[in-house]
Amino acid sequence: MMADGGYNFAYLDEQTKRMVRRALLKAVAIPGYQVPFASREMPMPYGWGTGGVQVTAAILTPDDTLKVIDQGADDTTNAVSIRAFFARTADVATTTETHAATVIQTRHRIPEAPLTNDQILVYQVPIPEPLRFLEPRETETRTMHALAEYGLMHVKLYEDIARHGEITTTYAYPVKVAGRYVMDPSPIPKFDNPKMDGMAALQLFGAGREQRIYAIPPYTRVKSLDFEDHPFSVQKFSGQKCALCGATHVYLDEVVTDDAGGRMFTCSDTDYCERRRAAGFLP
Amino acid sequence: MYVAVKGGEAAIEAAHTLLAARRRGPKELPAMTLPQIVAQMAYAVDRIMAEGSLYDPELAALALKQTGGEMIEAIFLMRAYRTTLPRFGASRPIDTATMRLDRRISATFKDLPGGQRLGPTFDYTHRLLDFALAAEGDAPAPPRVNNPEGPMPRVSDLLKGEGLVEPDDPGPQDAPRDITREPLTYPLSRAERLQALARGDEGFLLALGYSTQRGFGRNHPFAGEIRIGAVEVELDVPELGFAVTLGEVVVSECQMVNQFTGGGLAGDVPPQFTRGYGLAFGRQERKVMAMALLDRALRADEFGEPRLAPAQDEEFVISHSDNIQASGFVEHLKLPHYVDFQAELDLVRRLRAEWEARPVKDAAE
Repeated sequence: MMADGGYNFAYLDEQTKRMVRRALLKAVAIPGYQVPFASREMPMPYGWGTGGVQVTAAILTPDDTLKVIDQGADDTTNAVSIRAFFARTADVATTTETHAATVIQTRHRIPEAPLTNDQILVYQVPIPEPLRFLEPRETETRTMHALAEYGLMHVKLYEDIARHGEITTTYAYPVKVAGRYVMDPSPIPKFDNPKMDGMAALQLFGAGREQRIYAIPPYTRVKSLDFEDHPFSVQKFSGQKCALCGATHVYLDEVVTDDAGGRMFTCSDTDYCERRRAAGFLP
Repeated sequence: MYVAVKGGEAAIEAAHTLLAARRRGPKELPAMTLPQIVAQMAYAVDRIMAEGSLYDPELAALALKQTGGEMIEAIFLMRAYRTTLPRFGASRPIDTATMRLDRRISATFKDLPGGQRLGPTFDYTHRLLDFALAAEGDAPAPPRVNNPEGPMPRVSDLLKGEGLVEPDDPGPQDAPRDITREPLTYPLSRAERLQALARGDEGFLLALGYSTQRGFGRNHPFAGEIRIGAVEVELDVPELGFAVTLGEVVVSECQMVNQFTGGGLAGDVPPQFTRGYGLAFGRQERKVMAMALLDRALRADEFGEPRLAPAQDEEFVISHSDNIQASGFVEHLKLPHYVDFQAELDLVRRLRAEWEARPVKDAAE
């Protein structure tokens, strides 16, 4: 099936899609395990979502409805660019409405509205290895995962507490999936981590430059790493609410309004904000 | 002002139009043609083919034209095109002994069978701007060159007779692994490393090769031989039962002869020189020399050498040698990161509030 001249449906050739799908199946079978895959050069730069784009290209069918967000918003430049890419190469329906999408590709956020088990959430991942900044060598980290040797990560978290009184990782906060693999949830704020736990939707992660795919099947236990006496907690935005829809229980973007310290907060999830305003919520 | 941080389809469209206009420049000037670029920007075209891992001068010229001379973007265009091409087989190994030579030099022997041939080289040019060229001066007609008949033995073959140099690496017995079709898994085979280096960034290879000469993983190199020229590419066609020639590619090859190993009267291996190898599409002499230095440095384990320098560290070198990966990830910092920055902002504000509320030590204490 051809869209846009000489390219195959959703850009990638069928052989490549099969290769990606095999990696996806393995990833779903071993939740949180990083599966190497032969990432292709995509017509957009590495680090700009090539992993997510390859995953999306491999799972997309002509009947799908695609939503693409970056920083929670549908109208950020890179989200616009990726959505346009699939509209052009796969001719699929696109939407900004979370509930109307069958596939959602995201960078740095999980939508506020709960997802359902007929949706797939595709994450763009820059550095898939949660241990990378503790141990730069792939040969070492692979062994550490194989042995479930995660002491180094706990030491890092402990040192945070010793120095600052709390764990100072605010995004890409490591999780343990199905009680086995420690996994990088991609650079989502830790605010979003609890949404991953037991999520009804299938969660797929693609890291193009690093050639890794991993997954969380629906309804899988996802636990953010913590200590009994320092339980995991999320950002609170105390006293702030969205200046457009009044939401208080959501992740907020801080917008600088002048050079005299003026600030306002708005929902990071633009679709969520729009739906609330359409339903009559006011600041 | 809420919208100010967000862009839209219209902004992207406009940016593309501006870029296209910027690339073209003033309309009064004639546009460059692809044959002009292939002929007159040959070194740029060669680098695009080498690092783009695709031998097609016309396409490389198009990439250069399309990007206005932005080399890494041009290489990227080639890569993204290459990845969509079907693979219908692996060629036979090219035989550089049969190369139609443009240039062939050895730094280890004053003269050798087949002779030294400088060919077109920058080496002994004085780097003085040629103002006549600015005034559209023309080049003199090239001298006639008599090509010697028959294959030209490689320096490594000449030394082989005495067993003074380690023998040729037999290479992988099966079909070579294609690093663009299978994920890299460390540790790599030498064949995989050489594939990665051949498409690696020239500047990165140069810097790391240079570092070995300055003591960070020194390996006493001699430029055994550098040759540049055209070689035939042959493909075995099972249906025919013989190999057919697909065409010619111009390649640069460097055989570095390095510090010896072996010896010791108790040892199994006689004293002999080791080797480093570099090969790339096009006229890429500097690149293949650096590549040969790195190939040798990365073989540290084979020779029981301690791996202490960056150039000897396979994961470090190979994971960072690809300029398309590197530029993508460095430049992705341009993308919005305000969700994560917000998370950090919140943390620093809180830590700061705690710091300001800290118990102040009494000066009298």
